Amino acid sequence: MTSIAEAAPNRSSGAVLAGGDERPHSLGLLAVAGILWLAVAALVLAWPDAQELERTGTLGGIALVLGAGLLIAAVIGRFSVRAAAIGRVAPWLVALALAITAWEIVTAKLDLLPLPFFPSPQAFVEVYTDDWRRLGDSLLNSVLLLVRGFAIGAAVGFVIGVALGWSPKVGYWIHPIMRVVGPLPATAWLPLAFFIFPTSGSASTFLIALATAFPLAVLTWSGVAGVQTAYYDVARTLGASPRFLILKVAIPAALPHVFVGLFMGLGSSFAVLVVAEMLGVKSGLGWYLQWAQGWAAYANMYGALLVMALMCSTLITLLFRLRDRLLAWQKGLVKW
Amino acid sequence: MVALAHKAVDSIAGAALDVRNIDHGFALHGDYLPVLEDVSLRASPGEFVALLGPSGCGKSTLLRLVAGLDRPRRGHLLVDDVEVLGPDPSRVVVFQDPTLYPWRTVWRNASLGLETRGLLKQHKHRVDDALGLVGLQKFAKAYPHQLSGGMAQRASLARALVNDPRLLILDEPLGKLDSLTRLAMQGELTRLWQARGFTVLMVTHDVEEALLLANRVIVFSDRPARIRADLSVDLPFPRHRDHPELLRLRREALGLLGLGGDW
Repeated sequence: MTSIAEAAPNRSSGAVLAGGDERPHSLGLLAVAGILWLAVAALVLAWPDAQELERTGTLGGIALVLGAGLLIAAVIGRFSVRAAAIGRVAPWLVALALAITAWEIVTAKLDLLPLPFFPSPQAFVEVYTDDWRRLGDSLLNSVLLLVRGFAIGAAVGFVIGVALGWSPKVGYWIHPIMRVVGPLPATAWLPLAFFIFPTSGSASTFLIALATAFPLAVLTWSGVAGVQTAYYDVARTLGASPRFLILKVAIPAALPHVFVGLFMGLGSSFAVLVVAEMLGVKSGLGWYLQWAQGWAAYANMYGALLVMALMCSTLITLLFRLRDRLLAWQKGLVKW
Repeated sequence: MVALAHKAVDSIAGAALDVRNIDHGFALHGDYLPVLEDVSLRASPGEFVALLGPSGCGKSTLLRLVAGLDRPRRGHLLVDDVEVLGPDPSRVVVFQDPTLYPWRTVWRNASLGLETRGLLKQHKHRVDDALGLVGLQKFAKAYPHQLSGGMAQRASLARALVNDPRLLILDEPLGKLDSLTRLAMQGELTRLWQARGFTVLMVTHDVEEALLLANRVIVFSDRPARIRADLSVDLPFPRHRDHPELLRLRREALGLLGLGGDW
């Protein structure tokens, strides 16, 4: 008579809707992609260039290896699930092969588009084969600068946000300052920062930290201020100290807001990073872009833009991974 | 069978409650809104006292004062002859909403009271025991959003029981449950109270529920709340809804609440 027969909630199975569809991946399309990439290789290698280019052979080789690899995967895919999983990207590989063919023909083979604004695919490849050292160095410097500034800004913004949400006394002093200074774009401080700080690196770190801290502080603040008082009542009747209320109740409850703030902060820190590197710092991807433009090396610029896009995307992905781990308890998280 | 109710009266397990001439109220738009007026009541150790009254009359306010979440404007609250100055894990509240922390599993929600006092490491078994008592062992690793309303409320009951409360304060704990779950949980509450022997102070809107569960039913007037009557329910457990004495008390209680004639 005491136990209630309740059906287990059928919501319990994962609430997150991933994009992966379950239809059997067509191995045929994978084979088509393989053949198309072999055709790209043949076109690149057999048709003489109309422009003066050095890496035609390398591009042909890449296409050849990719095409052969895809054909092998299409065959192995009949036996191996992992190889068949590549089939998911087969439509993209087909589209890319067609796009590269068109690009190759109008640039390298027929020389229809004006140089240096429209480099050929092999010129693009040349950026990575010949200038990887400088590009890699720039990437490393950018990541180091960004991570340093973001970490400092995130720590400061988080602490300020929690303090604002928790203590009216702190709010009295910090809130007006934040209201006036916060909305100012961090880049507006750039001339002053380069003047005040001893090195351009420390100035940029400060600016990136500033750009990160403001949105994070506001979002953390609203998260902490919005915690249901009932959550505190529960913990208080169970003997919780103020420390416990902050660390184990307020902060976990505010965490979804905190991640929105981190996401916004990361976005604005990218903007500040590029501007700071273009205007003052003598290294990094922003500097590389500026440098490439000075030499009218448009292929290098496109190459650096791609690297930068991958860097930003990777950092955002890492942030989302962290969020998925820490907020696994939430329903219906958006997949990045 | 009559003895069961008295067997629960165990001076070690239950706390004695003494509420003396409490006045309380709130400031509302600059005016003072009296909520409790000269409220005095006593509960012996192990007694189950139900507070019955019109909606919004201030019963829940009284519970918050007993829990130590708020201090009364005037009067004294004593638990075991000691003035209540703040919340204490020996006086645990179960709210109308389960208010489980959505970021914690059922087990980690139930262990909250041990964690706040740094007792969790040595007393993990108490969490398992409490979840067992409310029948949620299998859902220890579930998150609150995966629970039904009744399960969530049982989880919040387990969170209270882990602390071995001497006074259990229930603020309409079954108010939001469907009627079947509610009946089953009423049985569970009686069983737990008899097994543990704690004192219970429960607010409810439901006259029948109060009469089924409590030794005494205290009827409040409309706001500001004053005590209208103190009905003693001297019936054995398990009680039956259609017992003549229960029906008589029900009529009496409804009459005190101003619903006499039509019922």
